[in-house]
Amino acid sequence: MSAATARRTDLRYRIGLNLRAVVGRSYPRIIGANREPSWIFFEALLPLLGIAAYVFIYQSFGMRALESTTDPVAQAAIRANTNALVASVVLGGTMVAFWLNVLWSMASQLYWEKEIGNLQLYMMAPMNRMALLGGMAVGGMVMTSMRAVSTLVAGIVVFGVVFQVASPLLLLAVFFSALVALYGLGMMFASLYLLWGREAWNLSALMEEPIFFSSGFYFPLGGLFKIPGWGPIVAIAGSFIPASIGLDALRQLTLGSTAFGGTLWIFDVTTELEILVVMAVVFLILARYCLAYLEKLAKREGKLTSRHQ
Amino acid sequence: MNTYWRTFKVAAWLGWEMDSNWTEPWLFMVYSIVKPVAGAFILVLMYTVFAFIGNRPDLAAFSYMYVGNSFFIFVASVLFGTFAVIQSDREWYQTIRYVYISPISYYVYILGRAVSKIAVAAFAVAITLVFGVLFLNVQMHLSLESVPIFLASTVLGLGVLLAIGICLGGISFLTAKHTHGLAEGIPGIFYVFCGVLFPLSVLPDWGRAIGQAIPLTYWFDITRRMLSPTLGVDTTLVGYNDLTILLLLFVSSIVFFLLSIGIFKVGEYYARKAGKIDMTTSY
Repeated sequence: MSAATARRTDLRYRIGLNLRAVVGRSYPRIIGANREPSWIFFEALLPLLGIAAYVFIYQSFGMRALESTTDPVAQAAIRANTNALVASVVLGGTMVAFWLNVLWSMASQLYWEKEIGNLQLYMMAPMNRMALLGGMAVGGMVMTSMRAVSTLVAGIVVFGVVFQVASPLLLLAVFFSALVALYGLGMMFASLYLLWGREAWNLSALMEEPIFFSSGFYFPLGGLFKIPGWGPIVAIAGSFIPASIGLDALRQLTLGSTAFGGTLWIFDVTTELEILVVMAVVFLILARYCLAYLEKLAKREGKLTSRHQ
Repeated sequence: MNTYWRTFKVAAWLGWEMDSNWTEPWLFMVYSIVKPVAGAFILVLMYTVFAFIGNRPDLAAFSYMYVGNSFFIFVASVLFGTFAVIQSDREWYQTIRYVYISPISYYVYILGRAVSKIAVAAFAVAITLVFGVLFLNVQMHLSLESVPIFLASTVLGLGVLLAIGICLGGISFLTAKHTHGLAEGIPGIFYVFCGVLFPLSVLPDWGRAIGQAIPLTYWFDITRRMLSPTLGVDTTLVGYNDLTILLLLFVSSIVFFLLSIGIFKVGEYYARKAGKIDMTTSY
């Protein structure tokens, strides 16, 4: 075995190489993007308006409900429910930021790279493809945090949402498990995009509103279970997106499990955390295998570098 | 004039092919329906959850929101269909330099590209409204005598939207790849301030003032007046009669058309000056 071959198979060398690839691919997202500061306005601040619209819907419902009652107890209940729903929207808004990042900057990124001609360079580089996707995920998370934090701050400062965090550590555990599971899913989707062309781009577009709906981004997912017939089916399908379980747990941890009379939660927080951890592991493993399989398939069908199809 | 018309026709055909030829027609139809219907269902569930946790159902507020949201499909599609042309040609297909140097009006080319989006959006709006009336008990009844005003307001509203889209296109000549932020954010402004989902009375005074300065607010209001005249929701625009609103929309569409030409030309000039016409900003 030559010295160069021995070096390439050395574990320490391979770990170092892949870590450098992670840093290298996350660099343009964390540092490079900040060289174009306009993105903060376009990608982080402007989208807050969409979230604000959903907040105003609940406030509008609340105002009309308050007008129709004079009982102080009923009025207090309406106010509490409206605050909890507005808080649900704000939390959903933070998760929307990550979901959109997973769709457009994670899942469809390899397709984008193919279109602009970078993919072949990645394929020739000696690092593991998972390191490449890992770098994209790390960069994407950091980049998207700006928008997520803006949404949270706007919720608290502008809309006066009150969060009651009883267990910050559990909250962090749920949040990061949900993120890892979500980006794991994104990595898995990314491999599909090696094979597909514009179908995949349209699939990403299709995974916006239908997922916002079926995963309960703007309302507690338990609401779907209350609709007889199709409701539970849609909710169960939506639960395969980690954001739905993650949001349910985050809402319980920040609003208290007695919010909405405790009737709109799916599972208790611990169970949901366990589900998220399982999802994170499963999606990462699946991503690894999907990527290897679909890369081979794309090479065989000659689609790895074919653009504009 | 002939060149403009030919550019418009070919661009419209190109836009349609780009939008639809990635799949079978039936799948494209399903795709075109699923997105807006799911968007409407988010609102249905928001309303259901609010009613479920002990509040009185309010069908008028729901119908107000549903009709507004259905017509908002036009806003999102038309805006995206116009300003995204520059960014997709520049960043994605990297064909902008070839189209740009051809002997056509790039302004008319963008308008043509947007037409297919309007057609698909019109189909989605119709499906969403019919679905709402048949399955969700949305209060809607368009009388025969309201049809001309409804059609005229729709044409004028779309004209304003196209002009706003071109204004944004002019700006996007100079910006990085912000398609998604723009696609989400700019319609968000109209979503919040134009009384699409809730009456302007919910907004603070400054927000109401912004809303009343945007022509689309009047478009949504007159559309609702024609389609659902019996809702009884205070829109804060009762002082304006139907013809005044139509006149307002007509004037706005002319003003925004002139503005769009100005902004487009300025954006184009500075992009050429800075060498940004065919830049790519990938990260």
